[in-house]
Amino acid sequence: MNINLTIIGQIIAFFFFVVFCMKYVWPPITAALEERKQKIAEGLDAADRAERDLRAAQEKAEADLQEGKEQSAAIIEQANKRASQIIDEAKEAATAEAFRIKVAADADIEQEINRAKEDLRSQVAVLAIAGAEKILEAEVDKAAHAKLVDKLAAEL
Amino acid sequence: MATELMTSKSYISHHLTNLTFGNLPEGMTRYDGSIVGEGGVWTFAHSSATVNEAAAMGFMAINVDTMFWSIGLGVLFLWLFHKVAVNATAGVPGKLQNFVESIVEFVEENVNSIFHHKNALIAPLALTIFVWVFLMNLMDLVPVDWIPYIAQQMGIPYMKVVPSTDINATMGMALAVFALIIYYSIKMKGIGGFMAELSLQPLGKWLLPFNLFLEIVGLIAKPVSLALRLFGNMYAGEMVFILIALLPFWAQWILSVPWAIFHILIITLQAFIFMVLTIVYLAMAHEEH
Repeated sequence: MNINLTIIGQIIAFFFFVVFCMKYVWPPITAALEERKQKIAEGLDAADRAERDLRAAQEKAEADLQEGKEQSAAIIEQANKRASQIIDEAKEAATAEAFRIKVAADADIEQEINRAKEDLRSQVAVLAIAGAEKILEAEVDKAAHAKLVDKLAAEL
Repeated sequence: MATELMTSKSYISHHLTNLTFGNLPEGMTRYDGSIVGEGGVWTFAHSSATVNEAAAMGFMAINVDTMFWSIGLGVLFLWLFHKVAVNATAGVPGKLQNFVESIVEFVEENVNSIFHHKNALIAPLALTIFVWVFLMNLMDLVPVDWIPYIAQQMGIPYMKVVPSTDINATMGMALAVFALIIYYSIKMKGIGGFMAELSLQPLGKWLLPFNLFLEIVGLIAKPVSLALRLFGNMYAGEMVFILIALLPFWAQWILSVPWAIFHILIITLQAFIFMVLTIVYLAMAHEEH
């Protein structure tokens, strides 16, 4: 246990070790640590941001969905309205058509009746003369009595 | 290796002797009775009960084992950490990188909690001290006979494998720290400021000599306590291991196992204390009063 040159040797060795450590060991390791710290901070930030984005996207999706629902409801309502409108129009058209057909039919019927009346009138004259012939058992002057019979027939 | 030829005393003193290389003075009687010739002789010191050759070599001698193991361990530490530093990635760290990073962060945390000035030297210095001293202390857990026995088979007479049980190693580091204390004291406060700090407190300028005495004692006590604390703890611990090794081989584990487990705490604690005190002293050197 003697103090000797070893003490100087130790100081020199210590000096070189510290310098080496200071130049080549400490800075890279602490730099790596610092860089990792930064990376982790960035990662956490990104995660936060992503969560916020996700929430915003969800809200937007929900709003879009709501809007879509409203739009579709409006469209359905409109369609319903249009449908009932079409039905009403069709009804109106049908009613009008029916009325028109009925009017035409009425006119036809009137015409038929008139024609029948005309026929009847002409036949009544013949029948009346034939009846009168039978009743009188004599020949009647057709020409002399035609005016009379026509007058009668016109009164029918 | 407590053979019959070796007495307990010589066994203990053998294990506590460094492998010293130096110049023996002319005319000295060596351990084997021979006389050193003209001009002295450069050789490894051998000691016997009556001759202490290492002491005779004086200051101009070197403890080869201390230098070898301490530099070897320092290189091991720097090699390992440098390997990690070169491949350091900010991504997912490997196991080794994780381990190194945890040590670096531990040291950084300690430095940041104690040292509040800007100084790029302090943290690497603290890391070097912590890991280097820890590794030197760790050699204490190598069974006391293994390496000296192997060395003896190779013809090396002494081999003390724990550098921190050599006062030169601990005092060397402590003196380096002391130099830094003086350097930063003068750099931060100027020579005048440093002198004022030494002489004008704690009792004011009227008791200047007393203050000076007190402060200088306090200043010198720093490296001395730093060196002797580590040295004393490690030396005593080593001594206990050696004493345990004197027991019969089948009984040794009863004491050596608990002592080794306890020693794991001591070696870590001593490395930590050396580091923390260095930081504290340097922080004090940076502070204005």
